[in-house]
Amino acid sequence: MNRPNDIRIGFYVCHCGHNIAAMVDCPAVAQYVGTLPGVVLSRDYKYMCSDPGQELIRQDIREFGLNRVVVASCSPLLHEQTFRSAVEAAGLNPFYFHMVNIREHNSWVHTDRIRATEKARALARAAIERVVHHKPLEIVKVPIHPDVLVVGGGIAGIHAALTLANAGKKVYLVEREPSIGGHMAKFDKTFPTLDCAACILTPKMSEVGSHPNITLWSYSEVVKVDGFVGNYTVQVKRKARYIHEDLCTGCQDCIAHCVYKEPKFEDLFNEGLGKRKPVYIPFPQATPQVVLIDPEVCLNFKRNKNPDGTPIVSDKCKKTCVEACGEKRAIDFTQKDEIREIKVGTILVCTGFKTFDARRVPAYGYGIYPNVYTALEVERLVNASGPTGGEVLLREGKNPDGTPRKPRSIGIIHCVGSRDKKTNLWCSRVCCMYSMKLAHLLKEHTGAEIYNFYIDIRTPGKGYEEFYNKLLEEGTHFIRGRVGEVTDWAMTPEEEGKLVIRVEDTLAGVVRRIPVDMVVLATGLEPQADAPEVRRLFNMSCGGDGWFLERHPKLAPVNTFTDGVFLAGCCQGPKDIPDTVAQAGAAAAEALALIDRGYVEQEPNTAYILEQECSGCKSCLPLCPYTAILFDEGRQKAYINEALCKGCGTCVGSCPSGSIVQKLFEDQEIFSEIAGVLAGEPAPAEPS
Amino acid sequence: MPKPRVAFYWCASCGGCEETVVDLAEDILGVVEKVDIALWPVALDFKYKDVAALPDQSLLATLLNGAIRTSEQEEMAVLLRRKSRYLIAYGACAHLGGIPALANQFSREQVLRFNYEDAPSVVNESRTRPQVHCEDQGRTPHLPEFRHVVRALDQVVDVDFYIPGCPPTPNLTRAAFDALLSGKLPPKGSVLAPDIALCDECPRKASKPTNVAFTEFKRPHQGLWDAGQCFLAQGVVCLGPATRSGCGAACPRGNMPCTGCFGPTSRVRDQGAKMLSSLCANLAARDEEGIQRALAGIPDPVGTFYRYGLAKCLLRRKVSLPTNGD
Amino acid sequence: MNTASASVPRDWSPRIVAFFCNWCTYTAADLAGVSRLKYAPNVRIIRLMCSGRVDPQFVLDALSRGADGVLIGGCHPGDCHYVEGNYKMLRRYQLLKRMLADLGIEEPRVRLEWISAAEGEKVQRVINEMTEQIKALGPLALPQKFAEWDREVIALARELRARDAAAGPCPDRAAPAQPVEALHA
Repeated sequence: MNRPNDIRIGFYVCHCGHNIAAMVDCPAVAQYVGTLPGVVLSRDYKYMCSDPGQELIRQDIREFGLNRVVVASCSPLLHEQTFRSAVEAAGLNPFYFHMVNIREHNSWVHTDRIRATEKARALARAAIERVVHHKPLEIVKVPIHPDVLVVGGGIAGIHAALTLANAGKKVYLVEREPSIGGHMAKFDKTFPTLDCAACILTPKMSEVGSHPNITLWSYSEVVKVDGFVGNYTVQVKRKARYIHEDLCTGCQDCIAHCVYKEPKFEDLFNEGLGKRKPVYIPFPQATPQVVLIDPEVCLNFKRNKNPDGTPIVSDKCKKTCVEACGEKRAIDFTQKDEIREIKVGTILVCTGFKTFDARRVPAYGYGIYPNVYTALEVERLVNASGPTGGEVLLREGKNPDGTPRKPRSIGIIHCVGSRDKKTNLWCSRVCCMYSMKLAHLLKEHTGAEIYNFYIDIRTPGKGYEEFYNKLLEEGTHFIRGRVGEVTDWAMTPEEEGKLVIRVEDTLAGVVRRIPVDMVVLATGLEPQADAPEVRRLFNMSCGGDGWFLERHPKLAPVNTFTDGVFLAGCCQGPKDIPDTVAQAGAAAAEALALIDRGYVEQEPNTAYILEQECSGCKSCLPLCPYTAILFDEGRQKAYINEALCKGCGTCVGSCPSGSIVQKLFEDQEIFSEIAGVLAGEPAPAEPS
Repeated sequence: MPKPRVAFYWCASCGGCEETVVDLAEDILGVVEKVDIALWPVALDFKYKDVAALPDQSLLATLLNGAIRTSEQEEMAVLLRRKSRYLIAYGACAHLGGIPALANQFSREQVLRFNYEDAPSVVNESRTRPQVHCEDQGRTPHLPEFRHVVRALDQVVDVDFYIPGCPPTPNLTRAAFDALLSGKLPPKGSVLAPDIALCDECPRKASKPTNVAFTEFKRPHQGLWDAGQCFLAQGVVCLGPATRSGCGAACPRGNMPCTGCFGPTSRVRDQGAKMLSSLCANLAARDEEGIQRALAGIPDPVGTFYRYGLAKCLLRRKVSLPTNGD
Repeated sequence: MNTASASVPRDWSPRIVAFFCNWCTYTAADLAGVSRLKYAPNVRIIRLMCSGRVDPQFVLDALSRGADGVLIGGCHPGDCHYVEGNYKMLRRYQLLKRMLADLGIEEPRVRLEWISAAEGEKVQRVINEMTEQIKALGPLALPQKFAEWDREVIALARELRARDAAAGPCPDRAAPAQPVEALHA
């Protein structure tokens, strides 16, 4: 069917070492393809993607005058670009190339060499049939807006934003909480070096706050993302904090003068272990240094709300805070949520994680026994700026003099909400190390006996194993076994008034009961609760476990499937601070690479309408999600604005008169592919 | 110099196509002036042997209408193919299978049983069926064999051109004659009608909004339709967008939606699949239940989308029907 | 009609053509590969950018060219890389399924599945499941069916040729038009 003349195809089948050759008879595929019409030469080669492999293609194009090239190797998502470049280097239009996936879709998933080879032949034939109809295409270059959006102000977002800002790029850093800092700001020390988390983080936070290239929007959320790589339009909701950020100096006089003399409300930064007032700053080093008012508890707001959920000012309070603020006039009870629209070219998603809710393992007694803590609570307890000023005091139990008691024995249970079929399968990667860090700190603060209950100790990081050894030398106890339960049911007098940890010591082969004063649950890391919505917002994918999916686990670890959207930190999967910072740097570098090139090349697979042939039936117009299809009233025909077309081909598949063409996916090309995969005899049966 | 000779022949058809030739009105005289009619069973008396005796390719053209269902029709198609320089499939049945091809949803046995036994108007107590051979008073009359499959003409013999329509319009017929006689013919295999969909010439085109999203479908008898507004905008299935133009939008002008008799444009392999694709993509519903509710208005998709084209559907026929014996 | 009959060749195994969207299902199939999940070698994957590009003509064409089944894979509803191309395919599929049933194609032969980029395991499961179901149905074998249907036409054409040959050469016979058999090749 209308086959172009003078087709000269070169075909190459790659062994990929043994990856393909072990399951597909590559020479046989090459030999078969060599018999197909239009094929001038057909070769098999050990590594097509290697330099000599690419050179082979270039040489053949020159020597044999090839005008089409087909390579059967791995997934086009991996090496299509490589081969297109090779083809282009030899002077051929890169879109005269087509790739056949016989590794991911064939040799790696099949077990019968005869049938895998048969399948490879069929797939290769489809490509040969298809490539005949390929047309030379031009790559469209789209300029990249140089501004960057960083979503999430934890250590990943902070590091990425600073890297980009220091490179001279304008960065919008959007953080949901009133301050940046994320989880790291809550930590006391960081493993394995035990340097103070605040000491290394706070300078970076202030730098963010004062950097001329960074627009920091805390207490804000991204609500809408439109556009595509290089040209995103983003709407950010700036939540009302009832304080004018530009007028507040962070003097905190308002807090001091609040009608509530004492802090009364749950302080979430301190994991609920402390209290705060209705007007507050989350923690002393908060960035920005701006207070905020909680309308849920502030007396100047009514307890009921508008139907749309916005608070109603009651004006019933004496407003001593306003008085204290004085001339600065930073307090504004009438403030409303605001939507800001920004234009950026690239987006870095650094939205972090949430910790596993320990209540989901009721056997460990969290929420039942007051002296069972989560690790994050303990981080706050041992922290000098924490609710207890760094003293480890138990929630329940007093000394004879009525002061809170310090624990004399502490059990740390590892892998709570990790490596468990009932909760999460993954290893959260940081719990072994932070548990040992807490063991060290708790021992330092309390002198207590510390027991670690672990399944395996995992310390694969620089200085980590050494830290483990240090802990062993310090005399911390390590008991190997998954804890069965934590109970206050005493069986012996020594167990009275204690929490008893029941565990099978799998090294000793005995069931132990260890009475302790305090239990610390090393809760694992989980995707944020709103990860599914965030994923949709940025058009990313999630793995089955809920973490955001990178484009390739090894070769594109900070890219997503959406060009111009990058990942860093724990939103992609559990990792420690060094890895997070490294990844944030990598994501920033990827964004910089795009920005500094100044443009992106768009796959030329857009659609166009055949002007003569279009009947103007308008069926396609409502189908385009990008409103790229327009109607020319004068000529009474539809046309496509190719700058807006993203190349999905939905209108092409729907055009009732076949008058829309998708470049690179033309009907003729796909029909040829169908004919190609089905050419020849039906597949042979598998041997019984 | 002798006038070129042409033949008209009919196979499984209703006679409407013949009517179009008559509808040329006075122009038929112009045609007869320029050509000799060598065969036209509906109007003139010629016998099979007269045609068989003609030298091969001695006819300039044969305009053959009707689908091919019997062995006799096949035989005539083969014969006329041989005798004609140009064999032209004339009308929807020869072009696409037409209405007779809707029988491709049924087995030969189902068709025969209904027509000779079960149809309410039939009285046939002995359940007699037509036979290919039978003995009658010492003679053995023959009847053509009733085939298992209804075919378009090009599924039986090689066809040069197609004149679409149920029936083709006098205009297209006249234009085809002009082209034949002047020798200004398009490439072999062409459909002699514009290669653009019907909306192009539909008077209702401008009334179609740009944001149609179907919530239900109505059949033509289920309402009184605004004579000025696009049928699709009124929720009536109209095959205009998937059908070749050239009829002057005769049905929409008569306040009936297009049912697709001109067949697809050259860029489409399967008219029904394409129309289905377009209609469904433009549904409003996003959930399966809502989609099915809207699509309940198309109770017979095969009859709706392949009213004239089942023989040329990529599947050709209900694929599970038997062809051996009955 | 159950086609799984005695006429099925002993060495028959289904051929399934799959149309996978670039962003979710094709990538999931890559993931299945990277994860070395093993599945039946019966599926031939054709990559499209979006399930919305799947023209029902592709489905019919694949069946008519000898596919025993067609699998369409797209992103989960709400996840389409192109906002809602997958909904367009879902709508087409709903009617196509019904129409194919009317045309005698058993339901399991044409299947639409939402498979996200993370669901390599689902690629494995769906392909294995579909292969088994179609094995149970037997071959669709439309090209063979078309040939079988057209046997009556070809037989008559041959008979007519033989009759002509017996009648002697015809002086004016030019090169014959395309023989009937060629139409059914």
